[in-house]
Amino acid sequence: MKQAISLSVNGVTRTDEVEPRLLLVHYLRDVLGLTGTHVGCETSLCGACTIMLDGQAVKSCTMFAVQADASEVKTIEGFATNGDLHPVQEGFWEKHGLQCGYCTPGMIVAAAQLLERKTNPSREDICHGLDGNLCRCTGYQHIIEAVEYAAAKAK
Amino acid sequence: MPNKYVGQSVKRTEDPRLIKGLAHYVDDIRLPDTLHVVFVRSVYAHARIRSVDTSGAVAAPGVVAVYTGQDVADKLGPVPCASALPGLKVPDHRVLAKDKVYFVGHPIAAIVATDRYAARDAVDLVVVDYEDLPVVSDVEAAASGGPVIHEQFPDNIAYKLTSGEGDIDAAFGSADRTVKQRIFHKRLAPIAMEPRGVLARYLPGEEELTVWSSTQIPHLLRTQLALMIGMPENKLRVITPEVGGGFGSKLNVYAEEALLGWISMQLGKPVKWIETRRENIAATIHGRGQVGDIEVAFKNDGTVTGLRYNVFADLGAYHQLLTPAIPTLTGLMLSGAYKIPAIQINITACFTNKMATDAYRGAGRPEATYVVERALDLVAANLELDPADVRRKNFPSANEFPFHTATGLDYDSGNYEGALDKAQSIADYAKLRADQKAARAEGRLVGIGISTYVEICALGPSQAMPAGGWESATVRIEPTGKVTVLTGASPHGQGQETSFAQIAADELGVNLNDVTVIHGDTGVVQYGIGTFGSRATAVGGTAVYVAIQKLKEKAEKIAAHMLQADATRIAFEGGKYSVSAASAAAAGGSSEPVVPVGEAPAAALPEPQTEGRTSLTIQEIALAAHLAKELPPDTEPGLSATYFFEPKNFTFPFGTHIAVVEVDRETGDIKFLRYVAVDDCGKVINPMLVDGQVHGGIVQSIGQAMYEEVVYDEQGQLITGTLMDYALPRAVHIPNFELDRTETPSPVNPLGVKGVGEAGTIGATPAIVGAIVDALAPFGVKHLDMPIKPEALWRIINSSH
Repeated sequence: MKQAISLSVNGVTRTDEVEPRLLLVHYLRDVLGLTGTHVGCETSLCGACTIMLDGQAVKSCTMFAVQADASEVKTIEGFATNGDLHPVQEGFWEKHGLQCGYCTPGMIVAAAQLLERKTNPSREDICHGLDGNLCRCTGYQHIIEAVEYAAAKAK
Repeated sequence: MPNKYVGQSVKRTEDPRLIKGLAHYVDDIRLPDTLHVVFVRSVYAHARIRSVDTSGAVAAPGVVAVYTGQDVADKLGPVPCASALPGLKVPDHRVLAKDKVYFVGHPIAAIVATDRYAARDAVDLVVVDYEDLPVVSDVEAAASGGPVIHEQFPDNIAYKLTSGEGDIDAAFGSADRTVKQRIFHKRLAPIAMEPRGVLARYLPGEEELTVWSSTQIPHLLRTQLALMIGMPENKLRVITPEVGGGFGSKLNVYAEEALLGWISMQLGKPVKWIETRRENIAATIHGRGQVGDIEVAFKNDGTVTGLRYNVFADLGAYHQLLTPAIPTLTGLMLSGAYKIPAIQINITACFTNKMATDAYRGAGRPEATYVVERALDLVAANLELDPADVRRKNFPSANEFPFHTATGLDYDSGNYEGALDKAQSIADYAKLRADQKAARAEGRLVGIGISTYVEICALGPSQAMPAGGWESATVRIEPTGKVTVLTGASPHGQGQETSFAQIAADELGVNLNDVTVIHGDTGVVQYGIGTFGSRATAVGGTAVYVAIQKLKEKAEKIAAHMLQADATRIAFEGGKYSVSAASAAAAGGSSEPVVPVGEAPAAALPEPQTEGRTSLTIQEIALAAHLAKELPPDTEPGLSATYFFEPKNFTFPFGTHIAVVEVDRETGDIKFLRYVAVDDCGKVINPMLVDGQVHGGIVQSIGQAMYEEVVYDEQGQLITGTLMDYALPRAVHIPNFELDRTETPSPVNPLGVKGVGEAGTIGATPAIVGAIVDALAPFGVKHLDMPIKPEALWRIINSSH
C-alpha cells in the first residue's frame, strides 16, 4: 500500500507515492536520481548516506522516506549554489580531503553541520563532529584540514 | 627548463565531480529495465546441501528468475586462481555452491527481481536443507589432522614452500644468542567504503556484453570473464566507473561478476548486484591471516646473523585470484632493511572454512615487515640496546646498492640510515628517550616504537607476475590540441588523473587543463594490467612518460619539415619546437603562434601557417599531423604514441616511522603523543597526494595494531559481520602526523619514482606495536599481539599489583 509524501529536496518540492518501507536513501537515489548520497553499510555506522533533514545531519539509510514527509532535505547536490562551491567543498578540494570520494558527500554534510554548530572549532571539535563518518582512504588528516580551511574561510 | 607541474601539490582534477556528488559509481549508473540480483548465502561454515527449494521464491512478486548451483554448474567456468606454485592444490571453485558449502557467506542461489526489495524478500523464501559438517576454523587445527575440507585434499594443506638463501643451520649453530617469538597476523577486512557492485548488460543483437564492475583490474577481469562465461573476449567490455576504494579487495575476479554477466545474457536485460556491507565482510577477500614463529640468531653486539620464520597461512576455503601467492611475498621481504646472511621461511598454507584471504594493502609484505621489526625489537630488548641502534647496525650502507638479500631480491636503491637520521632528528630522539625516562619515574607509561621498513613496489617485472607486470599508455594530441592520455592503470582514489596529467603537461609543455586522463574502460583503453602493488605511477606513469617521448620524436621530424630546418637544429622547450636561436635570428622569422588552438568556437579547423615562422607549438604540429598535407615523406598521419613499459626490477621504497604513545594506567587506553614518518618513495610527482597515501596507510595500520580483527568462532561463524563489530579507526583515533621525506630516486624507471600506496600499512604497524610494548616494558612485556586492546593492557597492569 503506497503512501503519498511531499517534501522539499534541495529547494524543489517533490511529491511521490512510495512504499512505507522504502528507505529515504533509496528514495533520494533511485526515485529522484540524486545519487551523490551513498550507501556504505545500511546500518548507520559509516555515514556515507548523511544528508541534512530540517537542518540536522541524519543518516538516510536508517530512515524511511515516509518519515521525511513534509520535511526539508538537502543532499550533497544542493551544496554548491549558482556554481559556487560551499566552503566545505572548497576545503575538501584545496586540502585533498578525499581520495576515492565515496565517503565524501556524507563527510561534507557532517562537516557543514559541525561548522554550523561551532564556527571556530578546535581539532578535537572537528574529530568529534566527524565521529559518525568513516573514511578508509585519507586517514582523516586532510579531512580535518579541509574543515579547518572552511572554518577560516567562513570568517 | 624546470617542471611547472611535476613536484607540485597540484589540486586534483577528479575532485569537482566527487565533491559535488555528481560522480558515478556502479550503483549510480541507471539503465532502463534493470533487474536486481540478491544472493542466498550459506549460514553454515561447512555443510552438505541436501536440497535447495526455490519454488517459493520463484512464485514471489517481482521475481523474474532464480538460479542455483545446479542450474549453472556446467554453464560457467571456475573462479580463477592465477597463482602458479609447485604442487599447489586448487579446489574447483564454482560461482554458486552445488553440493557443499565451505564458508559462511558462500553463495548458493541468485535471485533476480524487478527491484532490490523484491529480490531481498525472496531470499527468505528459498529453503536450503543443510547437513552440517565438522568445521575447521583455526589454521593450525587445519594443518594437524582436523576435519577434512576438500575431500580430494585430505591434509587440508594447499602447499608447503621453503625458501631463502644462506646456511641457516650454521647461523643458529654459531649464534651468540637467539630469540624466538610466536606472532599472529589476524585476518583483516579491507572495507573499501564502496562495497563491490556489478551491472551487466547484454545486447542480444550486437551479441555484446558490457560489465560495469567496481574493480582494480578491468582488462584482466575482461579476459577472465570471457573464459568463465565462454564468450569471445572482443565481445566483452568491462567498464570501471568511479571506484570507491579497493585496497586489494577489488584486485580479483569474483563469482558475482561472472554470474551477473551470464544472467544478463539469459534474460536479455541489464542486471545489477550491489554488495551489502554484511556480504562485504563475509564474502569479499580478507587480508593477512598468518601465525608463525620467528627465530633470530644474533651476536652480542646486535648483528643479526640468521632469521627463520615457520608460518601457517590461513588461505580460507577457496583460492581467489592471488590467494596462495600472498604468503610468498612475505617470504620475499623477510630481510627487511637489513643485511642478514641467512634467512629461511617455511610456509604451510592451509584450507580453512572461511572466506579466502588475498591481497589487502601491503599483501604479504606487512606481515614480513612486522615480523622483522618485531624481531629487531626483541634483539634490542635481549641485549638491552636501543632499538634504533640495533637497526642502524644491521643496515646495508647507501653505497651497497643494488643490494642482494638472502631472500633472493636485489633492492634497487636506498639510504636507510638517511631516513632514520632524519626521523630521529625530527622526533628529537635523544630527548624523547630522556622524557620517557622522566615520565617512567613519575609512574607514567610512555613508549617509543620505531620501524625502519623497506617494501617492494612497482609490481612488477612480468617474470614475477602471473599475468604480465607491465603497464600501457597511449598519448595523443587531438586536432584541436587537447591531449588525451589513455592509461592501462586503473586508479580508484589515488589521483592519477591528476598526477599523470602533471607528467604529460610538463613533458609536452601544455597546460594541465588541456590534458585528460582516461582509464578503466576496455572498450576505449588499450590492454592494461591495473592498479595494485603500488605500481600505477612507477609502471603506468613511466609508460605515459615514454609514450610521450615517442610522440615527440615524431613531432620533431614534422616540425623540422614544416620549419624547413635540419632536425638537429630543432629544439623543444615550453611546448614549442624552435629552430635554434642563431639561425632563427638570421632568418628574421617570428616565433609567435599564428593559430590559436582549441579554445574559441570555430567553424572549421584553421590550417597552421608556417611561412616566416621559426617555431611551432606541439599543438600546431598535431593539427598539421592530422590534416596531413605538409608531412615529411612516408610519415604516418596523426600524432599519437603507445608504449607498453616492462620494468626490469621492482622498486624498493623505505623509511622510518617513530610512534610515541602513552598508556593510561587506570583504563589501559592508548593515546598517541607523537607520530613521525620519514618515507622515501623516490621522486615525487605530487607531494600532497603522497602525503594522502601515507596518512591513509598509517591509519589502516592503526586499525590493524589497535582495533581490527575478523573473528570467526570455532563453528566458523563470522562474529564481526558488521561495522558495529568490525572496528575501523575514526577521526578521533588518529595522531598528529609529522611527515617528511628523503628522496632516493629509483634507477628502475626514468621518472625515478618508487611507489607509495602501501608504505603506511607496511611501515607503521611495527612502530605502533613497538611503542605500546615499550610503554609496558616496566611490566616485563616484550611482545603483544595485535589488535592490542585496552583490556589486555589493563590486565597486564593490574595483574602485577
